[in-house]
Amino acid sequence: MNAQNVDAPSAYFLAEVSNEIETHTLSLLVDNEPGVLARVIGLFSGRGYNIDSLTVSETEHEKHLSRITIVTTGTPMIIEQIRHQLDRLVPVHRVTDLTVRARRANQDKPLERELALVKVAGDGDKRLEALRLGDAFRATVIDATTDHFVFEITGRTSKIEQFIAIMKPLGLVEVSRTGVAAVQRGPEGL
Amino acid sequence: MTREMTGAEMVIQALKDQGVDTIFGYPGGAVLPIYDEIVQQEGLEHILVRHEQGAGHAAEGYARSTGKPGVALVTSGPGATNMVTALTDAMLDSIPLVCISGQVPTHLIGNDAFQECDTVGITRPCTKHNWLVRDVEDLARVLHEAFYVATSGRPGPVVVDVPKDVQFATGTYQGPTPNPAAAHKSYRPQVKGDAASIRHAVELMAAAKKPILYTGGGVINSGTQACQLLRELVSLTGFPITSTLMGLGAYPASGDNWLGMLGMHGTFEANMTMHDCDLMVCIGARFDDRITGRTDAFSPNSRKIHIDIDPSSINKTINVDLPIIGDVGHVLEDMVRIWRSSSMKADESAMKAWWEQIDAWRARNSLAYKPNSDVIMPQHAIQRLYELTKHRKTFISTEVGQHQMWAAQFYGFEEPNRWLTSGGLGTMGYGLPAAIGAQVAHRDALCVDIAGDASILMNIQEMSTAVQYGLPVKVFILNNQYMGMVRQWQQLLHGNRLSHSYTDSLPDFVKLAEAYGGVGFRVEKPADLDGAIEEMIAIDKPVLFDCRVANLANCFPMIPSGKAHNEMLLPDEANDEAVANAISAEGKSLV
Repeated sequence: MNAQNVDAPSAYFLAEVSNEIETHTLSLLVDNEPGVLARVIGLFSGRGYNIDSLTVSETEHEKHLSRITIVTTGTPMIIEQIRHQLDRLVPVHRVTDLTVRARRANQDKPLERELALVKVAGDGDKRLEALRLGDAFRATVIDATTDHFVFEITGRTSKIEQFIAIMKPLGLVEVSRTGVAAVQRGPEGL
Repeated sequence: MTREMTGAEMVIQALKDQGVDTIFGYPGGAVLPIYDEIVQQEGLEHILVRHEQGAGHAAEGYARSTGKPGVALVTSGPGATNMVTALTDAMLDSIPLVCISGQVPTHLIGNDAFQECDTVGITRPCTKHNWLVRDVEDLARVLHEAFYVATSGRPGPVVVDVPKDVQFATGTYQGPTPNPAAAHKSYRPQVKGDAASIRHAVELMAAAKKPILYTGGGVINSGTQACQLLRELVSLTGFPITSTLMGLGAYPASGDNWLGMLGMHGTFEANMTMHDCDLMVCIGARFDDRITGRTDAFSPNSRKIHIDIDPSSINKTINVDLPIIGDVGHVLEDMVRIWRSSSMKADESAMKAWWEQIDAWRARNSLAYKPNSDVIMPQHAIQRLYELTKHRKTFISTEVGQHQMWAAQFYGFEEPNRWLTSGGLGTMGYGLPAAIGAQVAHRDALCVDIAGDASILMNIQEMSTAVQYGLPVKVFILNNQYMGMVRQWQQLLHGNRLSHSYTDSLPDFVKLAEAYGGVGFRVEKPADLDGAIEEMIAIDKPVLFDCRVANLANCFPMIPSGKAHNEMLLPDEANDEAVANAISAEGKSLV
């Protein structure tokens, strides 16, 4: 819990409160201890917040710290609540709203990537077309037989979505996605 | 200090090192090693309750009446699940509560063992934090951390789940960390408020023409010093002050600037002052739905300052102009200092006009009720109880319902920590164990549970605890034979169709008291009330006081669900038709 996340605006700020639904990417640094993910997920389900994507892995082994990246949607008031509620959890070291950080730096978005494994089966023209498009998307073939490919593709969520949509008529069998990993642009860390 | 001992010994040692003198608990298979240590030591008193929920509420009552954390000890499985209500109660009312639960041995966890439940899983959403200790070497550290987490920042309940094999295992005990706030790797709540924001707040206060101080349980949690500073701030500024249910007693009810409680059953003057103010200073309160009424019509023309130690309270339901994150005591100290050193003055002529307006609202006399010489009016009963106990050191707890609201309206609290009530969760059955907890901590004080006939039956078994430990708690039952608040809402919302809100076959409370080894009273006439109350106070035993009151009295004034502060239903306007039509179709879906 770190209070620096609290915006302390001037007494005269109260900009028009927006009720637009926004999508934000939050980055959390947490102790990698049993139950920590359940605390985070339970908070979202218990309070009725959305999770669009969630990615977690230990990132600092010596300190047993994990980094959780959550993509969520809500009004700015809800997103602020989510950030503070997460910050209140005892094993949470830090919560950063990467979307807000990017905006403050006049950037469109934080750096966001996800990885997908896409299995496509077919033959003839469809098979050739799938391979050609995979190439165009810079997807790598990591498994193949004469009647299927498994592509590995990384990129922004929109690119992955587009790739999957294109593969659908070409014999899409299944997809496995990691969810979004994100960092802020520029030299600073969290 | 480090030395070798068993896990069970560590539990006792850690409690003692944390300054605990009393625990409330109930034994069972998975905590037997700890109970074996309890019986072999001195200095730590164990109060045996009759149901684990009672242990939780008693610990809450102990905590609320002393300002220290309450401690409960329960066994695995049903012991732990019975604690869930008390934990949730403490969570919503920010009460520091440390619950130690036994667990099946580590090798059986996940095996559906006898009396096994996933205690940390079940209690995760209703605690501030919880731990399952799988290694005895972690136990002492976790226990000390549990006390730190429960008591620091916004206080709350924590659970330490200790498997039976860990209680038997031997490990190295470590004493408490000298400065846990600095040592904790992730939980370090901000205590000092931002200096520039506080100065800003003081300037806004000096410029205000129609200010109000809206205070809550956070002031009481912050400590007696914070309450003192609040009183100082009121006398420096001359501002009117109101409080939530949880904050009663932080400012004395006899104080000149006191408007009474605000909110759904608050006074007309408090709610109107909130609605029409130009500056609201919210101190340790959280804009709860019982307080705000309709949020889009909540105090529409005011700037709002919000002092709270919990950043997640800011802008949760009401957008504020100036948030100040910090402990109420620290922030008030800075406010008072800056107000003094800058020789600030409230706008005198504006304040005069504001108080004239407030006095006009006060004159509306919103707590009025029709006196009755044949039947005891519940409001009258509370007033008499207050008059006959106010000169003593008295702690009042309540159950939940109409009697609770009448107690809040008619019992005047002069000091903090004297008022124990379940505000956030609204737990029927809270009052008797809470009164027991307060009585254990204050043996010489008068501890009264103002109860309803329905609520008291929810934890009536704790009479047995009171008798066993010679705790002369007084249960003052406003008996109207209904779940009064449920009945009132059925009248408001459901065409007065009283579905299951009448309690047929109530026990004979006098005989019930006697069966437990206490003393029973029944009073039916207003003329007998004073004498019986005095007799009750004089008895050095637990008492059930069956005060028969008007059956169909309603609790007014009221902000009907879905309405704003300036749309109160006042007692003199509340005829049957007004009551039946008070709540709109939209309001009916609200609680």
